[in-house]
Amino acid sequence: MFKYIVKRILISIIIIFGVTFITYSLFRLMPDNYVYNKFAAQSATNPNWEEQAARVEHLYGLDLNVVSGYFHWLGSALKGDFGYSFIDGAAVTQKIKDSLPVSFIMSLIVTILQIAIALPLGIKAAVNQYGPTDYITTVFTMLGISLPSFFFSGIMIKVFAVDLGWFDPSLGLQSGNFTGNGWELFWNQAWHLVLPIFVSTVLSLGGLMRYTRTNMLEVLSADYIRTARAKGVKKRNIIYKHAFKNTAIPLVTMFSGILASLFCGSMIIEQIFGIQGIGYQSYTATTQGDIPFVMAYNTFIALLTVIGIFISDILYAIVDPRVKLGN
Amino acid sequence: MKKSKSGYIGFKESRKIVKYNKQQIRYYERLKKRKHIPREEYLATMKNEDNVVEFDDLHTYFFTDTGTVKAVNGVSFDIPAHSTVGVVGESGCGKSVTSLSLLRLVQAPQGQIVSGSIRYKTKDGDCYDITKLPQDMMEKISGKEISMIFQEPMTSLNPVFTIGYQLDEVSLLHIEGATKESAREKSIEMLKLVGIANAEGVYKSYPHELSGGMRQRVMIAMALCCQPNLIIADEPTTALDVTIQAQILDLLRELKDKLDSSIMLITHDLGVIAEMADYVVVMYAGKVIEAGNVFEIFDNPSHPYTIGLLKSKPVINKKVDELYCIKGRVPSAVDLPDYCYFRDRCDMCTSACAGSYPEFVQLSPTHKVACHLYESKVLK
Repeated sequence: MFKYIVKRILISIIIIFGVTFITYSLFRLMPDNYVYNKFAAQSATNPNWEEQAARVEHLYGLDLNVVSGYFHWLGSALKGDFGYSFIDGAAVTQKIKDSLPVSFIMSLIVTILQIAIALPLGIKAAVNQYGPTDYITTVFTMLGISLPSFFFSGIMIKVFAVDLGWFDPSLGLQSGNFTGNGWELFWNQAWHLVLPIFVSTVLSLGGLMRYTRTNMLEVLSADYIRTARAKGVKKRNIIYKHAFKNTAIPLVTMFSGILASLFCGSMIIEQIFGIQGIGYQSYTATTQGDIPFVMAYNTFIALLTVIGIFISDILYAIVDPRVKLGN
Repeated sequence: MKKSKSGYIGFKESRKIVKYNKQQIRYYERLKKRKHIPREEYLATMKNEDNVVEFDDLHTYFFTDTGTVKAVNGVSFDIPAHSTVGVVGESGCGKSVTSLSLLRLVQAPQGQIVSGSIRYKTKDGDCYDITKLPQDMMEKISGKEISMIFQEPMTSLNPVFTIGYQLDEVSLLHIEGATKESAREKSIEMLKLVGIANAEGVYKSYPHELSGGMRQRVMIAMALCCQPNLIIADEPTTALDVTIQAQILDLLRELKDKLDSSIMLITHDLGVIAEMADYVVVMYAGKVIEAGNVFEIFDNPSHPYTIGLLKSKPVINKKVDELYCIKGRVPSAVDLPDYCYFRDRCDMCTSACAGSYPEFVQLSPTHKVACHLYESKVLK
């Protein structure tokens, strides 16, 4: 077990190096960069823009080649210094810290709702295979999977915010002229989060629900379920004890991504609803070439993913007695 | 519902089949799902009080997309108390489905008991028709009064629970006033009874840590936990190697006498039947074609199919170049002919065989056969 953990940690370190290097190279290999774009915009009025751009590029470390640039970044990152955002000059770590809470709360609620709705629905659909419950949930979740998030968000905003007026159509995290604090602020913000959370939940239900259904169907036709029925175990217990514990094994693998998804925010939905969470920030940073922020964000997510996979491996050994770690 | 000759089902026919299946399945599922089933409906009376189970014209169909598969098509036979009834026949002849019908384990919603009855005499002396029994009553009987040993010990135990948990579950479900400790004691006692030396160790282990033979012993221990009236053994030795087979069979026979139960033994191994059974039922294409006690079947096999089966068994000290085999294969259970199902493979056909499906002919009080060959003999 100990040996296994050490091995996994070593592998994880290599993975993180790989991820950060690839992200850095991809950004650097793009034909233009943040500084160039900024100065190119002034080309009409500023004849010396190229010269000035080169100076600022040197300042930002953008004149180094990819490999030395990467190690330059790595050197300071290992010391805990992720640099300052190109866009507003704020410390990147501070920026992440500021935008993380709202995204985290949203993702947490979405994840809880997703599990609470998709698992029982998947089980119900499997138990009543080809019954009305099965067809209705299938159609509903298929819609959820296939709708593009921007489109679905758009419809929701149109119907519930603009037409019905239940929500603030100007979007954002709180009403524009809102000045209250304490509980008032909380309720105001919660009100603004209802639609984005609803949209994300509906969009994420399908995958988990279909996965649960498929696994459950497979387990329900297994020989040991027949044995349980022959023993006279009640139908409820067969489904939720004998079958579910077997269904949970592959589901655990699926949950490895959850840790990362809790913290990475949702780029498109946050963008559309104007919520300045971490997804929104990383979207802006990516489109504008804000390398320090993008690097810090991706390192953070890579780290969480690696930890998530590690946890799911351990969980796997807990749920499935046939799996032994380290052999 | 006739398939075209090429075996291809056209769109229209396929639609028709699906519609028909839906209708049928909905009808039978609704019958089963009723909240309150009056007691009079499932109470029955045994034809013979000495029997534990009486199958009476049982029909179990599977409504599949290629048509209705008549897996069990009018099966009638009795299981007398304290005896072993062997059910033989080749693969796909409906042996297993008959036994699954008895515990109502047929894979629903496609598989349904369509008609007929299975009368079962409980330990208390009541007689129920299992096909009409409400689900909660069924749960009380299965595992306690009728228990089953399956043919696949490798997959029949739940991989994520310990042997102990799975054994305890039976006691906790069926023995009144059972506590965790008493269930544990009982389970370990049962493990010892089926000849597992390291009972405490096996109690704590998971199924994947045991060999096939050990798992089958665990299955037997589980089946015998509540001293059932009837044990259904569905090819209990098929998946095991020959040395273990003998041990398991000895064990079953010994425990049957100890617990005073009956066994319904399903197998295609005639050697096992000869060794274990008191009565033999030979099935073919979902129907019983011959039934009798073990001496009658082995000394005086009457149906051409039974004769063929016995001939195709290797015999020690007898030199043959090639083992006999029955030519052809079992007719598809989707569209069965209206004449004798064995006619196309039979080498003793007479002109009478062109007619309708043969009725049973009693050769002796216990021996009956469904074949045209014997109709004339009895009439004379």
